[in-house]
Amino acid sequence: MTDTKKAHTLYSKKELGQLQLLMPVILLVTVFSLLPLLRGIYLGFTDYRLGDPIAFNGIDNYIQLFQDEYFWSSFRIGMIWTVVVTALQVSLGLGLALLLNTKIRFTAFYTILILIPWATPPIIRGILWRQMYEPNAGAINILLTDVGVISAPINWLSSFEYVIPAVIVAGVWGEISKAAIFLMAGLQTISNDLYEASTIDGAGIWDQFWNITIPVLKPVLAAIVSLTFMWNFNTFGIIWVLTQGGPGGLTRLPMLAAYEEGFRYGYIGYAAAIGNVMVIILSLILFMYIRVQLRERNES
Amino acid sequence: MNKLITKLVIHGTIILFIVFLLFPILWVVSSSLKPTQEIYSGAPTILPQQITLDHYRTVVDGQQLFRSMWNSVIVGAISTLLVILLAVPSAYAMVRYKSMVNNAILGWILVSQIFPVILVMIPLYVMLRYIGLTDSLTGLTLIYVVWSLPFVLWMMHGYVKSIPIELEEAAVIDGASRSQVIITVLTPLLLPAIGASALFAFISAWNEFFFALVLMKSPALATLQVELARYTGMEGQARTGPLAAASVIATIPSMILFISLRKWFTTGLVSGALKG
Repeated sequence: MTDTKKAHTLYSKKELGQLQLLMPVILLVTVFSLLPLLRGIYLGFTDYRLGDPIAFNGIDNYIQLFQDEYFWSSFRIGMIWTVVVTALQVSLGLGLALLLNTKIRFTAFYTILILIPWATPPIIRGILWRQMYEPNAGAINILLTDVGVISAPINWLSSFEYVIPAVIVAGVWGEISKAAIFLMAGLQTISNDLYEASTIDGAGIWDQFWNITIPVLKPVLAAIVSLTFMWNFNTFGIIWVLTQGGPGGLTRLPMLAAYEEGFRYGYIGYAAAIGNVMVIILSLILFMYIRVQLRERNES
Repeated sequence: MNKLITKLVIHGTIILFIVFLLFPILWVVSSSLKPTQEIYSGAPTILPQQITLDHYRTVVDGQQLFRSMWNSVIVGAISTLLVILLAVPSAYAMVRYKSMVNNAILGWILVSQIFPVILVMIPLYVMLRYIGLTDSLTGLTLIYVVWSLPFVLWMMHGYVKSIPIELEEAAVIDGASRSQVIITVLTPLLLPAIGASALFAFISAWNEFFFALVLMKSPALATLQVELARYTGMEGQARTGPLAAASVIATIPSMILFISLRKWFTTGLVSGALKG
């Protein structure tokens, strides 16, 4: 508070000074981020193709999207991917964080090892798992054959049956670390007194988990779920490397669909429309999340 | 006795997790060291039976991959430098002057995270094509500046806030101008923050794939990630060894960053979530 007042007396005569300092950022953000975004939203209501004149076509794109089977299958797989990856990532990450938060040795060492997949760039994650799933020389087929689970090599990434679980495993693999590290930091804010007091009252580990850990961790958990949900919904790189959306469009996530429509076939307007639908879906989910948060805050 | 068993179970479960998390990396590091005939022997082992650095030599000698790595370094370094030069004075202006502009900028930083990149990329691509900056390292650098700016500004904003204003007041009383205050008082105090943000900006650029894929069409201008992704396409099969070696090399910079910054990463997000 005192800082604010002092800042006022020290700088009040130079209000223009702030704008001078901020001008480069404001210009850059306006020209390369704000205007393109508004323009992008607008293009979603046009039939624009690269090189052609732009014509407003109202909701034609959305009527077409509604009837487009590719679009529906892309959003279906997009939702499956996002929900399953987010759920597995957060629950496995929470499990790992809880284990690492116990009073045992080597946790610092374990934590560094756990960071490694997160530190791997998305394209490299794709390459790693391609080499794992490689039909003839990949580790998965070799291990499963050795154990006797399968007798002939499976071509995981071209199989209609196995491709979705296969890409989900690869996706979750790279994201567990992130959730675990964030949740660990959240767990460390819970005071030990709470656990000690409840132990004296005779509460078991399970009771403590539901009655202390989860309620205290809720804001962090909610933030992580909504952030990872957004990130996973926008996944592009790892799938691009693993399957390019195949086989038969089975792993064509919304971002891949939009990329193909816009930059492979040149249907810029249509691709922007897919982008707009993605924004609406994400905003709805975030809106619901904020409402739940607010309601709980009012109740407590 | 009971306690000992619990501890063993905990260690065991963590180690199982770690095996799952590290196995693919171990597999690829191992492939990068195996001779080609061993990779395709039909029954390759987890650890190489014979170690060779041939694949690493292929990567370093191969002009294409080396050039793409160089492109990534250039784009990453210049965009990082620009982001820092923009973010330090801006963060200072936002913290020390109170006005509506601050809320607008902070609000924008948050809102911009919701929109999928495709929506920004489409008009940006049209615009850059118009001014001749598609398929150009300059255009890509520019995009990376705008792209990592929100987060770096957010980080820097928090750091500047933690610096007591008294130091600046003393300098002002001694007759220092505003730019002198930023350069001689603020910047030295911000050095750790600048280091962290610079690493963050560099790695964002180093790892980025989508913008580079859309913008860079000529093979000579491909960034490392685009080049690596290309190898997984048609001609991917024959290149397992060199691809593994290139992946290992490409991961090292981000590995260093993440391990050195892990404390910062976690505290930042969690305190934000608790406040929000």
